[in-house]
Parts: sequence; structure tokens; C-alpha cells
Amino acid sequence: MSFYGLVDGSDASLRTYLNALSGVDQIGADARASMLATRSIKTASKRWAIDMAISMVDLTTLEGADTPGKVQALCTKAVRPDPTDSTVPSVGAVCVYNDMVGVARKHLDLIGGSHVGVAAVSTAFPSGRASMPVKIQDTADALNAGASEIDMVIDRGAFLSGDYITVFNEIVQIRELCGDRAHLKVIFETGELVTYDNVRKASFLAMAAGADFIKTSTGKVAPAATAPVVLVMLEAVRDFYSMTQTRIGVKPAGGIRNTKDAIKQLVLVNETAGPAWLTPSLFRIGASALLNDLLMQRMKMDNGYYASPAYVTID
Amino acid sequence: MKFDYAPAPESRSIVSIKPKYGHFIDGKFVAGRKHFPAINPATEEILSQIALAGVAEVDAAVKAARKAYTITWSKMSGRERGKYLFRIARIMQERSREFAVLETLDNGKPIRESRDVDIPLAAAHFFYHAGWADKLEYAGLGTSTKPHGVAGQIIPWNFPLLMLAWKVAPALATGNTVVLKPAENTSLTALLFAEVCQQAELPAGVVNIVTGNGSTGALIVNHPGIDKIAFTGSTEVGKIIARAVAPTQKSVTLELGGKAANIIFEDAAIDEAIEGIVNGVFFNQGHVCCAGSRLILQESVADEVIEKLKRRMGLIRVGDPMDKNTDLGAINSKEQLLKIRELSATGDTEGAQRWSAPCDLPKKGFWFAPTIFTGVTQAHRIAREEIFGPVLSVLTFRTPQEAIDKANNTPFGLSAGIWSEKGSRILWASQQLRAGVIWSNTFNKFDPTSPFGGYKESGWGREGGRHGLSAYLKGVGHE
Repeated sequence: MSFYGLVDGSDASLRTYLNALSGVDQIGADARASMLATRSIKTASKRWAIDMAISMVDLTTLEGADTPGKVQALCTKAVRPDPTDSTVPSVGAVCVYNDMVGVARKHLDLIGGSHVGVAAVSTAFPSGRASMPVKIQDTADALNAGASEIDMVIDRGAFLSGDYITVFNEIVQIRELCGDRAHLKVIFETGELVTYDNVRKASFLAMAAGADFIKTSTGKVAPAATAPVVLVMLEAVRDFYSMTQTRIGVKPAGGIRNTKDAIKQLVLVNETAGPAWLTPSLFRIGASALLNDLLMQRMKMDNGYYASPAYVTID
Repeated sequence: MKFDYAPAPESRSIVSIKPKYGHFIDGKFVAGRKHFPAINPATEEILSQIALAGVAEVDAAVKAARKAYTITWSKMSGRERGKYLFRIARIMQERSREFAVLETLDNGKPIRESRDVDIPLAAAHFFYHAGWADKLEYAGLGTSTKPHGVAGQIIPWNFPLLMLAWKVAPALATGNTVVLKPAENTSLTALLFAEVCQQAELPAGVVNIVTGNGSTGALIVNHPGIDKIAFTGSTEVGKIIARAVAPTQKSVTLELGGKAANIIFEDAAIDEAIEGIVNGVFFNQGHVCCAGSRLILQESVADEVIEKLKRRMGLIRVGDPMDKNTDLGAINSKEQLLKIRELSATGDTEGAQRWSAPCDLPKKGFWFAPTIFTGVTQAHRIAREEIFGPVLSVLTFRTPQEAIDKANNTPFGLSAGIWSEKGSRILWASQQLRAGVIWSNTFNKFDPTSPFGGYKESGWGREGGRHGLSAYLKGVGHE
């Protein structure tokens, strides 16, 4: 693999590459994110942003209690989020554990949702604490069951101990396994990496290793997709594009529960990575409760009043 | 996909602007004789007619201030004075939207800045100084401090209410009474503040506000009934004032111009430094005496920083100051716009490379696109003179010492910025820089607890903090 010519796969070259990154000033990054959060998005631009956000949702269920019935219900919602309004776009993908991939793919295809992807969380999600053969088998299972997107977790223990090459090699191996069959999203669990310097480092590491998307969190650890963390990741994909002419996607996940939060994310994208990233193929929002709030706000904008929650489906 | 932000204008219905204003003397509004227009610089709309104070008005204001000082204010305990200041601060907070809208209409600055910076900070200054009023003996300035008496205060148009707060709050906290003249172009929030003084039942004559132009200011400076002069404005006018008060017993503080160096070392956090550069020079349209108007860049990162800076400047939203998403508003006046254009033109003729962010400027009003000049050297006028607009001059350096030498090579010395992730370098550089305020890894941060003021031709004395109190007390300040 060429790794965009940035590294040669050796520990030394990876360290040189990562050490060349500029630091992140935490206070400055927080200030920029909170300034962008003051953008006032109203009327036509709000309506546009709601539909864009819906199409970017990775509708997620990651519970021990997931059953085929639950997953099928989620798939139905993913294809037609509002059964009474066919102008509502489908979401980007459904996101499930690997044993539910087959169920999801089959049901989506059955109900005319072949355009909706199936993302499988992988590599011993959410902790990433397993041997590499187990992680490979985990991913292979999902791919064989029809996953079109793999959301792998990095080994945070290795990362925090400075063993970047292990993290890098794991991503490279999963990337090779995915081949042309699936997009690879790399989850950092930024709540465990803690510093913005680490978030930037992880971003550049994952991108060089072949990630198609970089993703904040599993949704199992708080804090998750905070605005400054997403800002730092969006700066990383922007700069990586300048270096390689390749656009890497970003997926915040965890903690984005309402329309206001989602629109703030879109503003961050617009004013950081730029409008080229305002597409579901380069920006996704991992969420479950968010979709219903987007639908409520959409109805409010079209009808002029808030409908009873009974008009939005629960899944 | 293009994400257009629909217009999000703040409503102006919260403020009622009278067609004509007088002066605020001895607790009452008194009619003016001559008037001049207050203009909204974003639309050229005439907002109101402002009175021009002459000898009689200034005299009446000084007399009222003297009477209030002698009869009430100097007799009152610090605790009581503090109560009035707390009351004023609270009313300012309660009426903050009104102040913000009025400030934006009159000054041209974006509502986001008047709402999030000017007004909250102005209230914070009153809260801070209210706390000092009964604790002056413990400020480390001696146990028998005395106020000067009547303070004449002349403030600029760039932060009209905030500069009023910087002047009025410490003066009142220390027991002085005030004759204040807002800038000719921006009197409206000062006149609203006069209403707040009435609402707070501040004793008559403690705060007097006379409006007018430079001639009114000269009357205040030269009035024999005034004990202390506080001025914020240009170095040019500051020198005139210094000459005028030199043969008198008046005490004086001056807050003058600047040409701040914003130094970016190669080990800086670049993305945040870009934000700091933008905030440093484009905040408030660059109408900031401490603006980081000279970017001093280490050559090894110069190309990267300039490329990123240009991209970032392209995102600055220029336009209607009342729109909540506007980042850069209108230039405050036609005269200022002409001055910015003239000085920028010398950048072209002296061989620097101009680049302006592509943006559609409104047809009416006074506008200037965010602009940088690269290839600037110490010998360029745009590297030496204060432009007071959204124009950045970019210079480069090779070694840390060269950065310091260039930064200090100016008659000004108000502020400076240092960007580095290396703590020892920040401490070293801040010891070398000859500037009153030094920010590291941030810029244009203001706080009432922090003294602000200049070295060299950037001014005399400090405002804010414990040091700022001394300017309003006899025997401890710059006399």
C-alpha cells in the first residue's frame, strides 16, 4: 500500500509524520466552536439543513437487547422516516452489530431500501479489546453478511501508550479486508483520547492508513461528539485534502439529539471543511433519537405548529 | 452543496430613538442649541440629531459636577457609592438588548459583537468597580486615598458604551464626578446610559454627558474647573491634550493609538493562530487601538499561514451589521473609510501585495473588505502607521530575536500577541516586548480585572484592575 506517499509503513516514518503535525490550542478550538454555535439558521436555510441532516443520519441501534424485529423496524424507518410524507429523504445508513447485518440488509432490500447502507460496528466494538484474528473475523462476518460500511474501533490502549504503529497496522489490515466491498469508518472514542492533540493525531494516523471516514465515538462513552472535537476532525480532513487531493468523511456520533445540535454540526462542516463535505457521502451523524426531532421540526416548519409526538413513529 | 444562511436580522423595535437629543446635565436632559446628524454607517440613514455643546453647556456640566462632588458624592461612603454602581450594572444587563441594537445601529459593528462583547463587558466594568468602591483602602494604593474631584472624560467611537464604562465606572467608584463627552459619531448609547443613570436614581450631577465634536472636547480639556482628564483616541489628539494640560494642575491619563505586532512562531498551534489573527485585526472592523495589525510571521511557516489565512478570510461574513450571522460590519464613518483607503493605497504604491477577501459589499453605507498586504517591510507606511481598519500588514522573521526587534520597532506600544506552544518562548518573548498588554495564544481578550494601557506613544496610565483605580486617586496615579 502507498499510504498516499505520506508514510512507508514503518514505525519511524509514522512517528515523523505524526510529529510534524501542529498542536491544537484547546482554548482556541473551544472558542472557535462556540462562536460557530452562535450562527442563526432560520427559515429556508433551516428547512434545507433539516433534510440534509436527515439524509446524513446513520440510524443506529447498538443494544444487547437488539432482535431481528427491532432491526427490521429500524430499517423501515430508515427508508421512509415519515410514512405520511414521501418527500422526506431516506437516512444514510442503518448502523447495527455484526450479527444483525444480514437481517438489516435483507429487510432493506425487501422494502425498497437498497439505496440505504448497512453499517456494522466492528473490531470488538466498543472497547476494541480483542486479538487481531478476532477483530478480522468480526469484520469478515459483517462483510459476508452484506455490510456496506464497517465502523471499526481503534485500540485506544495502544494509542495512549504511544504504540501508534499497532493502531496503524490494525486499520491497514481492516482496510485491506474491506477492499471494494465496504467503506471503512474509523472510530477514535475521543472521550478516551481526551486531548485535542490526540484527536488530531488519531485523525491523521487513520487517514494515512486508509480510512474513508473518521468517526468520533462509539456512543458508549461520554463526552462524545462535542463541537470542538468535530471541529478538529474537520480541520484534519480539510488539511488532508490539501495534502492528498482526497476527501475523507467525518462522522460525529453520540450526544447529537436534536435539530439544533445537528444544524450546529452542519455549520461546523460548512465553515471548516467547506461545502464540498455537505453530502451524506462525506458527512454522517450517528444517532438514534435525533431523527424524530428532525421530523418534528420539519413538520413544524411545513405546518406552522408543533404536532403531537404521536405523529412521529417510535421504533 | 451550498449552505446559504437566510437573513437573520435582529429586530430594532426594542429601541426608540428620539428625533433630537440634548445634553444630560445635573440629572436632567437639557435642550441643545446647534445640532448635527447621527448617521447609521451601514445605511447612511440619519438616526437622530445630536446637540453640539459649546462654552455654556460645558460650563454648566462642570458646575453641576462640582456641586455634586462637593455636596453629595465626596461625602458619601464607598458602600453607598457601590450600591449605585451595582444598580447601574444591573440595569445595563436588563437593558442589554436595547443597548446592543442601538450600538450596532449607531456604530456599524455587528450585532453579534455588540451583544456578546461590548455590552456584557460594559456591565462587567460596572460590577467590578462597584466592588471596589468600599474597599479602596485595601487596593494597595495607601489608606488615605482621595479622589481628584471632577473628571473630564473624552471617549472614542470604536466601542462607545464600553469606553464609557471604562471611564465612568472607576471614576465613580473612587468618588469622582464626571463630565463625559462621547465621540461625535457615536453618542446614542451614552445618551441611553444617561437614562440609566436617571433610572438608577444616581444623584444629580454625578454623571454629566455633553455631546459634540473636537471643539467640545477642547472646552473640556481646557476648562479650569476640571481636575482630571481621561482621554481615549488618536495619538495625534493625545499629544494636543498633553500639551494643553502640561502647564496646569490637571492629572491626565491617555489611551492612544497602536500598531500591535502579532507574532506567530513556527511551533504555534496554526489553526488557532489563524483564528487569533482574524480576531486580532478584523474584530470590530479593525477599529481597535490594540488591533494586531502587524502580523509578524516566522518564515518557515509563512506560506502555510498565509494560505490558511486567506481561506479563513474568505469565510468572513461582511454585511448588514444587524444580521446575527455577520462577522464584519460597516466602517464607522466616511472620513474613516477615506483614511483606510488612502493608507492602503500607499501599500500598493510602496510595493506590497494586496489581497482582499472576495465579498459583495453593500451599495449604501461605508464598507471595506477584509484585506491583507504581504511583502511588507518595516519601511512601509502600512507597517508603521495605524490604519484603524480591517487591513493587515504581513512581515516575516527568521529568528526569535528578529521578531522582537521588529515588533518593538514602532513609536507605539499598546499590545502584542505571541503564538507558540512552547511556554519558555512565550515567557521570554513577553519579557522582551515593549507593550502594555501582551496576549499569548489569544488576542483581544478584555477583562475589567486586567489593567490596559500603553508604552511609549500609546498612552499614559492604565485602565482597569487595581492599577486603573490609581488614575482616579490623588497622589498615586500619573499626575
